[in-house]
Amino acid sequence: MRPGVKLLLVAAALTAAGVVIGFYVSNLTSLAGSPTYTPPVANASSGHPVVNLQIETVAAVGPKLSPNPDWVSYLIKNNGQWQRKTVWDLPANATVHVTIYNFDGASGLRNPYLARPQGMVGNQILVDGKPTQAVDPNEASHTFAVPALGLILAIPGVADDAKDPCGYAPCPMSNDHRTIQFTFHTTTPGHYRWQCFVPCAAGWIDGFGGPMQTIGYMDGFLNVKA
Amino acid sequence: MAAEPTAASRPPADSTNHGFRVVVAWIALSVVATPLVAILVGRLFPPGNGSAQGTEQVLDNTVLLSVITPVVCLLAVFFVYGLRSFHAAPGAVVDGPPLRNDSRIQILWIVGTGVIVLFLAGFGTFELLQNGAGGGQGPNPIAVPGGSKLQVQVIGQQWQFTYRYPSLGGLESNQLVLPENTDVELHVTSLDVIHSFWAYELGVKADANPGSDNVAFVETKGPETFHVRCAELCGLWHGYMYNNGRVVSSAQFQSWASQQKKLYAAIAPFMNKSPADGGAPYSKTYLPLPSERAG
Repeated sequence: MRPGVKLLLVAAALTAAGVVIGFYVSNLTSLAGSPTYTPPVANASSGHPVVNLQIETVAAVGPKLSPNPDWVSYLIKNNGQWQRKTVWDLPANATVHVTIYNFDGASGLRNPYLARPQGMVGNQILVDGKPTQAVDPNEASHTFAVPALGLILAIPGVADDAKDPCGYAPCPMSNDHRTIQFTFHTTTPGHYRWQCFVPCAAGWIDGFGGPMQTIGYMDGFLNVKA
Repeated sequence: MAAEPTAASRPPADSTNHGFRVVVAWIALSVVATPLVAILVGRLFPPGNGSAQGTEQVLDNTVLLSVITPVVCLLAVFFVYGLRSFHAAPGAVVDGPPLRNDSRIQILWIVGTGVIVLFLAGFGTFELLQNGAGGGQGPNPIAVPGGSKLQVQVIGQQWQFTYRYPSLGGLESNQLVLPENTDVELHVTSLDVIHSFWAYELGVKADANPGSDNVAFVETKGPETFHVRCAELCGLWHGYMYNNGRVVSSAQFQSWASQQKKLYAAIAPFMNKSPADGGAPYSKTYLPLPSERAG
């Protein structure tokens, strides 16, 4: 084979490899394949967009919503249905009202510092309707945190002796649960990750694997768009 | 088999002093290139002058580059000279002159490289022993700067850093704020997996290992904002494990500390409980019980 042809083949192979790698990286960064939830947006009288999010935190996501039925997960309510989507499109400079229904038990915080709600309006949350500025770290079940927005809050768990705990999600409101409410503001457009800080992946080494390391369960993104 | 070249076909003996030419060209190039590289390129080196350690690292990198430059010049000169003077003439079928051993050159090369390596080893050791050069030195640091120091603890957790100030009652914050012109003693640890605390502009990098107190020192300069990143692949959100730190004036630091104390008061009762009760009073290391926490 002539050297020129060899060079041409090598160049073509390198170009093809580059294109494949480019597609792979592009696919990763755009989160293609991760189902996205786009909530309805209302415009408040001030002109700023307003969004309401209803979230459920469950100890076991169940066979209807995941091939990993025993994994702990967040769920989002969309048109009356609980769905396992953790990538959410939100408008920039919006007011976001969040209600979290937690059906999971307490497992405690590794770092009690996260017990202080911060980054939301008033730096406090409502736990079962009661204003709270610190959650007992031992009662925490999960956290909802968007570190880039400075938003962190611990989610208290259901008591160990709950009479009607939820088995598999989606959990009806008749099951024992805690209700956490807060409001935060989105800022400039961007790609903000959110996560749970409690290593809550039961069955994995130190609780760090599985749903803690997989987008779609205890981790996700806020895609804040202009 | 190639025919033995006859006396008539051999090239005439070369009386040119190639070694002298190479040495002259090398010295001339080095004398020009070394100061130029040191002055023009050295100041571009990371991490900049955000701290005394950062400034030292820039100096270290500049010294390294200045030592390397004459070596690179020698190789470049010899390469170019060799291509120009020792190539075979077009169409020539004779072998070049044979390569012969020259013990003087060998000794010169060994001594020269030995001196360079020993100098760099001595220089690097001297720089390290001053204050640790911004690196983590483990729980028992050898290179400890004198004088009083502000202790700050860096805690890595999947996936963010938080910071505790024992001199401020052990308060914890997700903001790293340091006063200007201050010696800071950083105690780096982790609650879960191995992270690495990298304050780029300050020239500080120290591994955060669970159950280990990794001490690093930094002397801040004037007010600035610096970047903090995790430099150890630590899981899903490793790429998002970063934030900004600030070096501020003493007055601003005091003001910030007062504000943080007020915020911290809400959880201080929980933090000050014993670890068995779910608290985390200030300690050099923390070992939360993952087996009890998971699930």
